[in-house]
Amino acid sequence: MMDAGRQKHLILAVTDAIIAHAEELTALDQAIGDGDHGVNMKRGFEAVRADADNLAMKPLPDMLKALGMHLVMKVGGASGPLFGTLFMSLARDMPADPSLAEAGAALGHAIEAVKARGKSSVGQKTMLDVLAPLQAELANVDSDNVGPRFKRAAAEAAQATAPMKAIRGRASYLGDRSIGHMDPGARSVWLIADAICDALATPVPNEERP
Amino acid sequence: MKKGSAENVGIVIVSHSAKVAEGAADMVRQMVGQSVRLAWTGGNADGGLGTDVAGILAAIDAAWSPAGVAILVDLGGAETNSEMAVELLDETRRRKAVVCNAPIVEGAVIAATEAAGGSPLEIVKQTAEELSPQ
Repeated sequence: MMDAGRQKHLILAVTDAIIAHAEELTALDQAIGDGDHGVNMKRGFEAVRADADNLAMKPLPDMLKALGMHLVMKVGGASGPLFGTLFMSLARDMPADPSLAEAGAALGHAIEAVKARGKSSVGQKTMLDVLAPLQAELANVDSDNVGPRFKRAAAEAAQATAPMKAIRGRASYLGDRSIGHMDPGARSVWLIADAICDALATPVPNEERP
Repeated sequence: MKKGSAENVGIVIVSHSAKVAEGAADMVRQMVGQSVRLAWTGGNADGGLGTDVAGILAAIDAAWSPAGVAILVDLGGAETNSEMAVELLDETRRRKAVVCNAPIVEGAVIAATEAAGGSPLEIVKQTAEELSPQ
């Protein structure tokens, strides 16, 4: 059941995961990009975290939209519009208390919006290479074991970006030299997916309730 | 006879670097003087290299003309953030703000020169984009 307490638990889990891994994200981006992904994502998710109480009180779609707008305005770099568009377009088709299938459908539409924003598609060493397999997992729900399967799919998909050659973004300037490094945007999606699964599987601590 | 600046297409320059944006704006001014509205933005919210949607929205507002604005960008994030900023404009302005696929410095100078002659937005954009290999 989605309520303000659960939503805040999710926001804290996701923002903590990105903030805690900012240096790792920057190191990944230094290998194949301009090295600002970690610090940019940290700036954006800190703004989300600072607004967690307010965000958590909103119905889920409104919360996602407002969260996305924080990312658009605060992240900077291409990640701002891309992750902002992901959350803002998730909001469009997400019911206030979604089933897994409904969440999967909303993610499907959000993926299309991210593709349009980044003029990119699956297989180009981007965040889409994790989002698409996750959407496939949600569309194929047939057991109680969704959390662990979802987490495994995120990890495998993010790691699978390492041998890919970048076609979009600053990493594409490196051509074949982009091969062998995990995509930082893919790593960020993995972190977010992992945090969402953990936060859905654990009780909401009383001290977190808004 | 040139039209007054308020009626010409405005020019917005969006670079990852404030120095590049300001330098490109200086070159535009040298070419067209005060005959077009011009604004630039560069750097992220912390003052480092990067681009910032709020800064782009402010620049669009500063350069706004009833004829619209042409936005010149450098690398990918400047383009993506500029497109995001355009989508956040109200509907009337959204239809009159375009991101040009052109080199930032040459594109800004030639777009401004075209705008100074009173050309409409689509011609300003097209003239700048002729600089890019198709």
